[in-house]
Amino acid sequence: MLDIIGKRFWFFLISGGVILISIISLVTFGLKYGIEFSSGSMMTVNFEQEVGQAELEQGLANLGYTNAIIQRTGAGDFLIRTRELTGEDKTVLQDGLTAKYGRLTEAEFYSVSPMVAEETAQNAAIAVAVAAIGILLYVTWAFHRMPKPFHYGTCAIIALIHDALIAVGVFSILGGILDWEINLMFITGVLAVIGYSVNNTVVVFDRIRENLRMGVSPDFEVVVNNSLVETLGRSLNTSLTTLFVVLALLFFVGATILNFAVVLLIGVIAGTFSSVCIAPPLLVVWEKGEWGRFVQRLPLLAAKAKGR
Amino acid sequence: MARRNMLTLIVIVVLFAFAVCALVFPMFGRGEMRLGLDLQGGIHMVYKADLSQIEPGEEANIMDGVVAVLNNRINPLGVTEPVIQKQGQDRILVELPGVSITDKEKERLSRVALLKFGELAADDEEARWENERGRWKPATAVIDGQEKELTSAYFKENTYVDRDNLGRIELIFEWDEEGSKLSEEITGRLIKQPLGIFEGDESLRGEDGRPIAPIVQSVIIDRGVITGLSYNEADSISKQLNAGRLPVPLEILYDQTVSPILGADFIDMSVRAGVIGIILVMLFMIIYYRLPGVLATLALIFYGTLVLALFKLIPVTLTLAGLGGFILSVGMAVDANVLIFERMKEEFRTGRALGSAIEAGFNRAWTAIRDSNVTTFIVCGILYWLGSSIVASAPVMGFALTLFIGVAVSMFTAIVVTRTLLRLFVGTPLAQRTSLFSVYIGRK
Repeated sequence: MLDIIGKRFWFFLISGGVILISIISLVTFGLKYGIEFSSGSMMTVNFEQEVGQAELEQGLANLGYTNAIIQRTGAGDFLIRTRELTGEDKTVLQDGLTAKYGRLTEAEFYSVSPMVAEETAQNAAIAVAVAAIGILLYVTWAFHRMPKPFHYGTCAIIALIHDALIAVGVFSILGGILDWEINLMFITGVLAVIGYSVNNTVVVFDRIRENLRMGVSPDFEVVVNNSLVETLGRSLNTSLTTLFVVLALLFFVGATILNFAVVLLIGVIAGTFSSVCIAPPLLVVWEKGEWGRFVQRLPLLAAKAKGR
Repeated sequence: MARRNMLTLIVIVVLFAFAVCALVFPMFGRGEMRLGLDLQGGIHMVYKADLSQIEPGEEANIMDGVVAVLNNRINPLGVTEPVIQKQGQDRILVELPGVSITDKEKERLSRVALLKFGELAADDEEARWENERGRWKPATAVIDGQEKELTSAYFKENTYVDRDNLGRIELIFEWDEEGSKLSEEITGRLIKQPLGIFEGDESLRGEDGRPIAPIVQSVIIDRGVITGLSYNEADSISKQLNAGRLPVPLEILYDQTVSPILGADFIDMSVRAGVIGIILVMLFMIIYYRLPGVLATLALIFYGTLVLALFKLIPVTLTLAGLGGFILSVGMAVDANVLIFERMKEEFRTGRALGSAIEAGFNRAWTAIRDSNVTTFIVCGILYWLGSSIVASAPVMGFALTLFIGVAVSMFTAIVVTRTLLRLFVGTPLAQRTSLFSVYIGRK
């Protein structure tokens, strides 16, 4: 039978590495907040004539918008982000651009005042916190009949934090390189991912609970591994079907919900990995009191990896 | 047992037929899917009223007044289903689906007084406006010991557009009592001098693009005429003037404006994404699970139709994020089926007969299905709260609602529809061929 639990330290190493990169990126790049959280204005415009990005940047700087962020989103389509514009600011800006680059059509305009941005950021933070607490309570309840409900709950939460950290970390990297921003859809995506991730973990734990009750083996490690292998088909297939639709969203809708689709993509992959390779092995490590052993083995593993 | 299955099947078929009808024909007065602003274009704005000068206790009345005036100002724009609502203490939500109005028209909605009059400022005086005709300061006069600016706030609400003898467009207005006094005083002082007309911080410009600033020929007491505007402009201003004046200034807190063309693109793209995603999921299910996969596919078609019908009937306002939630729920919807089929295969391998393997599969998978969906429901609930507590609510609420409905219906379809279809298959000769279930007995 496939031995997943036996390779647990490798999985921890992989996850540890990815999380380390995420944290380093978060510390160096931080996160870029969209106007929903930081206030400002954003417009999507289309120029009839050919306009270069650098050219447009220069033009905006000449109009006094030196800090404007410009993204090309298609042939002649640009997304321009500026400080909060009043109606008159906007007219002056668009007239200025028209004078320089010819006719433009505005497809979308979005403006958020500091007051609203602050409220949104605050409530989004509350939502994330409440979601974490709600899921924690639920997981504790779902496993309250287990021998060690606290172990199960904690491992599920670690898996959840793992997924969220990776999603945020990747966005921090994308923010540093491509100016991607954290917006409301990102938060929505992260919460959806958290729900999804716990969902997968719960299915695996559910099977462990059942196999424990049936007394499959006296060895906890064997029970967990059996449960994992038995649910592996389900875990992978569900992830695959979800990936299909996420990829369809990513490739065929893109643009406005790009953030959302990418978060889901990362989340589904990380969530599947964590529910198979992180949460159940953690249970085993905890049960066997191996935390110390893992730390001791680290240099050994590193040496082994080098030797290859 | 068989009879009960047939009965369930009939109920399912009737429900399906009902859902299809609901989608195709208008039902319960719902002719079309309700689309959010991002899909059909339009405007979503939140204003904050400045109540600082208002006496305590009067706020609610003032806000009602603001809503009434906004209603009057929005009506002439021809929006089919405008939403103009008070939100909290001092906010007003305005949603104008499907419209495309110019920035100028948008600005006019929230101005206290549309037009302001100005006189040329002396070189050492501070100017409020500047244009090619000079530097301007507000035209003021002292009435009853108070200095007041001359603005369209003193117009009677009966302005209209006409043509003079030469066919030029005229916007004709009458001053109210206080306006007459102001105008008499000011125009008396400004004879042979220009009177500038401004909208907010900008000059009111005529059809020729030049600022409108007529030379005062005589004292104007009761009625006046503004010439030089294009017909459309004059008509629009006149309608807005007649809508009344706002009791307090409004500030824009939030503004989302989407052109209807962009919205149409989004619909096309999401439909394509949805169709392709669903087809991929169906192909996968059929290839991997064979006969049960085919049944799951049927259940999925039923699922999609039912969910869309619910969206239309409830009605759920569909946004791009909402469609995303629906498409995502399709991927998750098969999860319950996957859980059941995997379980069924296991039971099959232990040597159970097909019928009992199906029952055991469903029964054993149930706790996992229930437990695992609870977290999604928790998240949906929280997202819905988040959406209802913030101004930029549409995408978050749309997603939460569609995902919730999607997952709830998917539990129903997996447990009722797929099970009934499978049970009906047990009795047929097809069921004897275990390869159709992609299970090879004896192989483990």
